[in-house]
Order: sequence, then C-alpha cells, then structure tokens
Amino acid sequence: MEFTVSKILWTLLGLFIVLNWGLIMGGTMRKIVARVGKRYGIPIYQPYIDLIKNYSIRSQITHGVMFYLGPVFRLSGGVGIFLFLPLIIGSNHWSNFSFSGDLVLILYFQFFGMLGMALGAGEGGHPYSVIGVSRGLSQFTTMEIPLTLAVISMAVQYHTLSIADIVAAQQGGIMHWTMVTNPFATAAAMLSLLGALGHSPFNLVKAPNEIPIGPPTEYHSTFLGVLRTNAAILHVVEAALFMNLFFGGAENWGIFILKTFLIYFWSVFVGVVFPRFRIEQSIRWFVKIPLVLGIIAIIVIL
Amino acid sequence: MKETENKDKFLHEENKKREVTAPDGSIIQIDPMQDYFCDARPQVQEPYKIKIVEKFLNWARSESIWILGFGTGCGSIEIPPLVTPRFDMFRYGVQMRPTPRQSNAFIISGYLSVKTLKRVIRSYEQMQSPKYVLALGSCTINGGMYWDSYNTINRLDQYMPVDVYIAGCMPRPEALLAGFMKLKELIKAGKAEKANEYIENLDWYKANQKKIIKDWNMPDYNW
Repeated sequence: MEFTVSKILWTLLGLFIVLNWGLIMGGTMRKIVARVGKRYGIPIYQPYIDLIKNYSIRSQITHGVMFYLGPVFRLSGGVGIFLFLPLIIGSNHWSNFSFSGDLVLILYFQFFGMLGMALGAGEGGHPYSVIGVSRGLSQFTTMEIPLTLAVISMAVQYHTLSIADIVAAQQGGIMHWTMVTNPFATAAAMLSLLGALGHSPFNLVKAPNEIPIGPPTEYHSTFLGVLRTNAAILHVVEAALFMNLFFGGAENWGIFILKTFLIYFWSVFVGVVFPRFRIEQSIRWFVKIPLVLGIIAIIVIL
Repeated sequence: MKETENKDKFLHEENKKREVTAPDGSIIQIDPMQDYFCDARPQVQEPYKIKIVEKFLNWARSESIWILGFGTGCGSIEIPPLVTPRFDMFRYGVQMRPTPRQSNAFIISGYLSVKTLKRVIRSYEQMQSPKYVLALGSCTINGGMYWDSYNTINRLDQYMPVDVYIAGCMPRPEALLAGFMKLKELIKAGKAEKANEYIENLDWYKANQKKIIKDWNMPDYNW
C-alpha cells in the first residue's frame, strides 16, 4: 500500500465512477420493478435529478450535533468500504488501498455506518426513527452472523484475509470460483446479502407505508442528499465485495459492471417476488436457513 | 393575558408547566412549550442571485416533485390511482414521500375540517422551502357542497398560500396530473414562491388560522 498523489487521484476517479454507476443502477432497478408492475416507471436518470433537488432545498433544520454527524458517519461507512476494496484484479490503479487484512476491516465498516445513523436518527427524536433503528440493528446483527461464518469458512479455505489474494486464488475459469469450490458459504452469504441491501422481504427497516421511512424520517434536504449519495456508493461496493469474494472478481470495468449488476439484481429479483417479512419473521428466517448453511460451510471446510 | 390562559387550557398534559425531580434529587421547573420547541420566527429564503443557477435548480425541482402522503378529504381517494399502471405519475418525476420533512408538494385533497386544518398547518410548516400546495376539488376554492357546514373551512387560501387549484367535484386523476404539469410550468418559470409569501404574510395567516382553530395548543410556528 502506497500513498502517492496519483494513487489518491485514481481512487477518487474510481469513487466517481462507482457513484455514477450506483445512481444509474438504482434508476435501472426501479425501472425494472416498475415494469414488473406493468408501469412505465421513472426515467433512469431520475436519481440524479432527485439528488440535485435534495442538495438545492433552501432551508434546513437541525436537532443537534449528532443529527449532523449521522449522515456523515453513514457516508464514511460507504466510502470506507470502497477505499479498502480492490475493484479490478491485478490493476495497480483500481486496487484502491487494499491490504492484507482488509476483509475484517470491511466487515467492520459495514456496521460503522449503521451505528452512526442510529445515533443521528435517535437525536432526530421521531418515534418512528427509533422503531426503524431498533429493527435495523436487530436485523443487521442477525444477518451478520451467517455472513461472518461464510467469511471465516473462506478464510480457512484460502488461508488469507486479503480480498486481493482471495480474488487471485479464484482465477482460471468458473470452476475456480468460490461459488463452485465452496457453495455453502456462497449460499449463506448471498442470503444474508438480501438483508444487507434491504429490498422487499427485508425492507421493514424503512417500510415507507408502515413506519414513515424509518431512521431517516427527520432527514431532509442536504442530509438526505448525503444519505442518497451513500446509498448509491454502498450498493455498488456491497455487490463488488461479493463479486470479489464469490464470483471471481472482475478483469475490467465491463465485467465489473455486469457482475455487480447481476448481484444487485438478485436482491431486486427476490424483492419483487416475495412480500415483506415482519421483524420477528425476518430474524427467525436468518437464524434458520442462512445460519445453518453457514455452519455447514464451516464444518465442510474443516 | 387572556390568550395565554386560553393557550394553557388546551395544552396536553405532557406540555404543561410542571416541577420534576431530577436524578440527583433537586427539583427543577420545566416548561415544555419553551424548552422543547423552537420559537424563532421563520425567515424568507431568497432564490439564488445568479439567474442561470436558479433556473437549473428550478428545473431539477420541477422534475422531482415529492408529494406528502396525507389525504385530507374524500379527494384523497384520487391519489392512489396515480401510482397504478393506468396513470403512473412516476414517469413525470412525481413521487410519494411519507414524511413532511422530505416532501415538496402538499395536495389538499378536498374539504378540510377544522380538526384536520390544524394537522395540515403543522405538516405544511414542517416541510422545507421551496414547497408547493395543490388544492384539489371545489371544496378548497369556495367550500363546495360543504359551504355551509359548521365544521369545514370554505376558502383554503386564507389559511395557506395555494399554487395550483384543480377544480371539480371530484377531479379525476387525469386532472390531478394536469395540475402537476401546471405546477411544473410555474416552478420552471420561477413563479412558485408561495412558501416565501407565507412567511412574509405570516401574521395575517396566523390570525386567520387562530380565528378558526379554537383549541390552539401548539407553538406559533411548527419548526
């Protein structure tokens, strides 16, 4: 890992690409959901307009310091994952600041944004925010267990905690991907990804027509703009993380875009088919199926 | 003096002045209406001085109208069809938001009872500037079929500024979509500055609102 000016510039360029791809991908997915409902749907550039609109709202109100810091923490959670995630295999420019223990750090960053947001939303003082936070944290905690088991299983399999090394070990065709060599870990992780991305069966955290939008109830204008920016980045980097861990990584930006699209589409696909779980159903489901798969993955690999 | 007495009479129990024992044993006075709510007067939010920037932002605002999911009268039944395949407002950039903080447009859908007017004012004041109001149906214009009712207001624009009226009893969803198109034109032309008008004439609006709402038990401006 080296900190040169050109390295930082390449990383910023990567962040810019990821942000734009996240916005376009979000718009495309909403278009797909609309077509499933036989609607015409939004234009795919709508997320850009929403973002400009949110940043251009003239008035803001605040509830305190933590209310300001909530979106900042959330954004640093998303950008933090991005910074330590190699995007393209073997490329010096697009490997960001990945190092030998980055997988553990990324798992930590996933939770970091959640906690910051929980503190900020708590200071917002809206009762629905607090309900959303308690639901979000309990669901995310349950979802992390199978994911962590899958990651441990892979760490044992490849004898490393470096994402770049895990990707390098999967090169040489589809039969070398973790998806084939360690199917139980992949299944456990892909099921917990559904909870991480928060589409339909597990979207009770933000459930717009039940608890008005959950944690961000009080967030508006620039605050909401920051949250939306983070959501666009986070969706791509989550998909890119799973692409690196289970689906052989990407040799170039074309394959990167294709694979992240398909991985994100997996959660949207499940989302349009299945209706929303209640919180106790969702937690029971995570403890039943993905957790058992994760334990099997550990037993098989040992 | 009389006004404050009146105000205290309608306050909820949790908002009344009282003495509370703190964890360390000392007794403290709290007045929730002073301590919990902001009593600053709202300020006029000026548009950007540079015209081309303001024009670009107005274009973005017009293409991304987030309406508050709050139905006030019988006209609220005309809003759900807008998200169905037949009318589909999403293609015009119009989306529903569940919270006033994130919304820009407020559809007053039909008659307003005095009880609802209070909630409407609270929600409207919690929305962030620039904000727009669409008044749906003839009840909001002159009272419509409820013009002599003891419990509904007749003219909406005495209580909050209205950008677009959509006449009819009830207007169909197409009329509502046409209203959105009209609102877009107004925003793009920079004429949808009614939020500032509300602030400039705040005293007049507040006097009108307090004349109707007898049990006024909230702060003067709901931040």
